[in-house]
Order: sequence, then structure tokens, then C-alpha cells
Amino acid sequence: MSTPDDAKLPDEARSEQTASSLRPSVGRSLAEVSGTTMLAMQILVGLLSLAVWQIASGWLVHEFMISSPLAVMNRLWQWISSGAILLHVGATVHATVLGFLIGAFAGVVGGVWLGLSPFLSRLLNPYIWAFNALPKVALAPLFILWFGLGIDSKVALAAVLVVFLVFVNTFSGVREVDSELVDSLRLMRAKRRHILTKVVLPSATSWIFAGLRTAVPYALIGTIIGEMIAANRGLGYLVQRAGAEFDTAGVFAALVAIAVLAVIFNEMVGAVQTRLERWKVVGR
Amino acid sequence: MPVMQLRSIGKTFRKGTDEVRAVEGVDLEIEPHSIVALIGPSGCGKSTLLNMIAGLYPPSEGEVFYGGRRVADVNTNVGYMTQKDNLLPWRNVLDNVALPLELAGRSRAERYEAARAMLEHVDLAGFESKFPSELSGGMRKRACLARMLLYGPQALLLDEPFAALDAQLRIAMHDLLLRLWGENKQTILLVTHDLVEAITLADRVVVFTKRPARIASEEVIDLPRPRDVMEVRFTERFREIYNSIWDRLRQEYDEEKL
Repeated sequence: MSTPDDAKLPDEARSEQTASSLRPSVGRSLAEVSGTTMLAMQILVGLLSLAVWQIASGWLVHEFMISSPLAVMNRLWQWISSGAILLHVGATVHATVLGFLIGAFAGVVGGVWLGLSPFLSRLLNPYIWAFNALPKVALAPLFILWFGLGIDSKVALAAVLVVFLVFVNTFSGVREVDSELVDSLRLMRAKRRHILTKVVLPSATSWIFAGLRTAVPYALIGTIIGEMIAANRGLGYLVQRAGAEFDTAGVFAALVAIAVLAVIFNEMVGAVQTRLERWKVVGR
Repeated sequence: MPVMQLRSIGKTFRKGTDEVRAVEGVDLEIEPHSIVALIGPSGCGKSTLLNMIAGLYPPSEGEVFYGGRRVADVNTNVGYMTQKDNLLPWRNVLDNVALPLELAGRSRAERYEAARAMLEHVDLAGFESKFPSELSGGMRKRACLARMLLYGPQALLLDEPFAALDAQLRIAMHDLLLRLWGENKQTILLVTHDLVEAITLADRVVVFTKRPARIASEEVIDLPRPRDVMEVRFTERFREIYNSIWDRLRQEYDEEKL
């Protein structure tokens, strides 16, 4: 892996020169270039890395090990044009979204519940942390035993990875709620449910979303691992199958698809958060 | 009949093995429609008294009565305003002010209409769609006042409400408060450590000792109403009252130094 990186350095030095001719001032202001210039530079870095990969493949490293961008693109195009990838993307998205939703719901409900009940949270504390410390992936065989080889076991694995991240964040968020705000509402004759919906949940929102955001990649991880262990469809299954067939281009193509999915999921959660927290953006 | 009655109130806070005696042996009666200022060194336990009248926690000894009934739970007859604004930061001004009516289950049109009128009343019209973080400290106080008044409490508990404002804004808020009080004559219990503020606003000033808070002395403020908050502090009578209360109050601060 170190060889392509070393080979990249002279190329990047050259790109610095071409970029500097586009900028008025040289040196310290490099980090402050405009958004479009930065985007152009980012694309340039990406293209250069791909070029280095392409050149290194078959010359510095055997193509069997790292395949090549062209071969990967070719493979992706094959899958897309034949429609074969739809089945796998569909299966992964389905399991990830379902697992995420179930885990997120359980995490928020559990976090709010224990956050509002000091007794329960003290009582259950050691068990929660013990379970949290457990590598959840190790539960995969159990889930396959319980839920079978189909989508259910992937959903369960994704959900169990998500639930703790969301739970811990929601719990902290509920604990952080300003007790003076709660008191001021109680004095205005607020009922318990009012305090929950009008103070506790909104004020815990940014905490909950921090949890949801970290949980998104984990939902995908849970699904992919479930698919790699036992499945007949899904992107994880695709990685696993391509690897077993020594099809390096196929492995990379599946990884690209997974990365694209992860980015899309993350952007979706971010967009929802921005909408819900307009008051914060405005206040800045 | 007094609207609020404190009977030999004592309060001790415990945290682990630490004990803090905040209030000791306080007897106090508040007449309806009067403004009473509680003054004393910072952190002496005056706020603790307000919290007990609001029913946020019970006293360790003694009893609190409101309107002849013992306060056993949250006292929803009072409006409470603290140095902190306690506006919901994720709601705009209109939704913040309309909150008490929302909790009472009124329709959207009804509560918005009432909230707009109240905002107009506290000179905050035009800021309905701003978030609290976009307002100045004085505007946030006006919004808090509007919210509290919309809810229509018979008594207002004000815990150093204007302490965070600069001197000019504070005078403007005193003016507004007296104007609003002139309309509905709610009973106001005001905690402050600003003697000028206390004398300007109150009918009666109660001086507290340093912790644990006990009543050190009481003074009736016989300045005529309506008072001009700007001018009243330069009158001869104001100066006499000021000096008389300050003599007593200074002892508390002097002891503090030793």
C-alpha cells in the first residue's frame, strides 16, 4: 500500500504549482480559497489518486491485488446495465433502513424513559454498560439462529448496533435538559406530557441527532456483516462472493456502492437535522 | 387577608454529608396588590424563599400558605421570572409568549391574537418571528414579561429579573413593570440586591441577613405613586429611606468581610 502513496507525492507537488497559478496570493491563504476552487482541487486530488492507482496497477503492484479503476468501473457498469446490482442494493438499503429505524426508535424511547427516571437508570446502569461493551457483531450467529438467513437477521444486527449509540446520546440529552426551563413550564400548568414534548424532546434534539448521525454507518456495518456471514443477496454478500471468487474488481465495485450508500444516508439525516434545528443556525 | 404567608420557615439543603442552612425562622406576610422587595447579600437564601412559595420544593420546617391554602405542590397561581430568561430557544418569540395558552389548550388563532396584543403592550411588536438568541437582553426580558402576563397570574415572583441588564435598560424595565402593575395590580414579590431598584419599585422592603437568611428589618416605602422611576431616586425622601436601609444592610456586608 505504501508504494502508490509514495508515487503520488511528486504528482501532488506538480498540482500545487498549477493551483497556485489560479490564486492571486500564494502561501498562507491556501486554506481560505473559495468553495468552488476548493471543490475543483478536491476533484483534482480524486482524479490524481485514481490515475496513480491506474498506473501503479500491473506495474508496481500485481493487478490481482489492487485491480484498477477502469476494471472496477467496468464491473460496476456491468452490474448496473444488467440490473443485477439493484437486487443487492435494494436488499442492503431495506435491511439498513429498517434496522436503523427500529434501533433509533428503541434507543430514543429507552433514552428518554431512563433519562427521566433516576431510579431505573441507577438500577440498570451496570447491565447497560456491560451490554454496551459487548462487541455486538458477535451476536450475529445468535441472530441468524433466531431470525434465519433472510433479511430479519440483518435488520436485528443493524438495530442492535444502532440502539446503543442512540440510547446513550438520548439519555445524556435528556439529562442535560435545563431544570429551570422545566420548572418554568410546570408553573404554567404544564402536564407531564407537555414537558416531554415541549421541553425535553426539543432540547435533546441535537443530542439525539448526534447519536443518529453516528449510528448511520453502524446500521450499514450491521447489515453488511450480516450479509457477509450468511445471505444470498445484498452488497455485503457481493463483497463476500467476489472475494471468494478472487474477483478483486468485484470487491472494489461493491465497496464503492457501499460508500455511496453511506454518503447518501448521512446526507439525509443531516438534511432532517438542519430542518429541525433552524433556530440554532439562525442564532449563530 | 395576606395572599402569601410564610410561617417560621427554615430550609436546609443536604448534599451527601454537606449541609447548608439557607433559611432560618422566616415569618412573612404579603398583602394582596402590594410590591414587596426582599433584599440581602447575594446567595443569602432569598431565592430559596421564592422557590418555596412557587412550590418547587417544600421547606424543611414551617409552612407556606398561598391564598389561605398550604402550598404542597407546584403553585400554578404565580408567575415566576428569574435572572435567566427561560424562553424556549427553539421557539420564536410569538410561540414562546403564546406558550401558556398553548398549554391551556386554546386554539392557535386565539393564542396568537392574545400573544400579539401582549407583545404590542410590552413594546415588542415586530419581533414575533425572531428566536430568543436574536434578541437583546432587554427584549428577552420583555418577552418573558409578556409570557408571564399572558398567563394571567395573580402574583408575580421576580428573582433578580433585571440583574443582567445595564443601568439604562434596567430603568426602562422598571418603568414598564410599574406601568403593567398599575393596570392589574398583581401582588409582586421581588428579590434583588439592588437597593435603588428595591426602593423605586416596592411598597415595602424586607432586609435579610447573610446566610442563613433571617429577616433583619423591614421598611415601608411611603413614596407616592405613580412614581417616575427616573426622578424618584433624586428626591429627598428617597435619600432618607435609602440611608436608613443601607445602614442596616451594610452590617451584613461588613460581617461578610470579617
